[in-house]
Amino acid sequence: MAEEKSFSLKIITPDRVFFEDQVEMVEFNTTEGEIGVYKNHIPLTVIVKPGVLTITMENGEKFAALHSGFAEILPDKITILADVIEWPEEIDVDRATSAKERAEARLQEKTEDTDVERAEIALRRALTRIEVLK
Amino acid sequence: MASMRDIKRRKGSIQSTQQITKAMKLVSTVKLQRAKGNAEKSKSYFTCMYETVTSLLGKTENLEHRYLKPGDSPKKAVVVITSNRGLAGGYNSNIVKLITKGELPKEDLEIYAIGKKGRDALARSGYVIKEDASDIIEEPLYSDATKLCNKLLESFAAGEIGEIYLAYTAFKNTVVHEPTLLKLLPVELPEKEEAQETSKALMNFEPEADEALEMLIPKYITSLIYGALIEAVASENGARMQAMDSATSNADEMIENLSLLYNRARQGSITQELTEIIAGAEAIS
Repeated sequence: MAEEKSFSLKIITPDRVFFEDQVEMVEFNTTEGEIGVYKNHIPLTVIVKPGVLTITMENGEKFAALHSGFAEILPDKITILADVIEWPEEIDVDRATSAKERAEARLQEKTEDTDVERAEIALRRALTRIEVLK
Repeated sequence: MASMRDIKRRKGSIQSTQQITKAMKLVSTVKLQRAKGNAEKSKSYFTCMYETVTSLLGKTENLEHRYLKPGDSPKKAVVVITSNRGLAGGYNSNIVKLITKGELPKEDLEIYAIGKKGRDALARSGYVIKEDASDIIEEPLYSDATKLCNKLLESFAAGEIGEIYLAYTAFKNTVVHEPTLLKLLPVELPEKEEAQETSKALMNFEPEADEALEMLIPKYITSLIYGALIEAVASENGARMQAMDSATSNADEMIENLSLLYNRARQGSITQELTEIIAGAEAIS
């Protein structure tokens, strides 16, 4: 039974193969909203937005912080090409928290030469990291 | 004939040079192994990236997009990847030659140099060095490639440059490295690939194809630059390993010749001394 539901998921980053296994469901954030993918999804290519990636496997769930990249979804296979992705174990809580505070401070005391876009990206990144750890 | 002392000194100096080249060879062998491992690890990423972009472009044939046609400016940016250190045989000069002997007119080029050797050589022959990011070749990171790519795309969007090229040494295998000039922008993909892609399953895009292109092409270019950096590091170490290997064996040959000369000189001097002694003894008696 479990065999029938599962499909292969491959997550690749520029410097390693991050994850490769049979899974039952994958959830993540895209530019068009959150998406959950089961087996036999229609072929689709989506752009990833920072968020928590949830992998549901036969023996439990796995989480990771997915920051940017894109995903290619085929009926029996998903390939996620991620620029940046991290397991919870790899995240430094203190660093993420301080990054969040820094970014928030920068957004609040906005001056003319504040790079708002960059601060927002940094904030989103930090928030994703913190969320994954929970 | 050189004196025995001269030969001995010369032999000693070659021997110590040989020790250095031998050590350098060992070091670059180890570095090559590591660089090769890195290149292999990231290969699947690029293959996948390439496939997605080709399928995207193959599907949307009549797409008008700013990344798909050359900009108005005649200026061309070239990212030149060389090494920071020498003693790597023809590694650096091959890349420089690729630019100087290439078809691209010198006046229109703006060089984005990665690697001091290439930067210096091109600056000497009068090229405009727009940017120098030589540090990143020491340990190329994906974020470095992203930074460089953003800078290039900004100048492209601002109309400062019309085309972007990438000059690097492709790593075929441990002994074959090919200096390569690659056009990054406007994106050009071989016709043949597109034909193959149309037979593949129909792919949907979310967001729409042109928006997806807007996001994907920068990533595509970044991954090309990053891939080139990694391959260049592997090629550099491969080239250095070969250069040092031949230097070591050349030194071996020279030492052998010098030993022969030295022994001949030694024998000569013994013979001479003997003749003198005998001649002296005869003169007394």
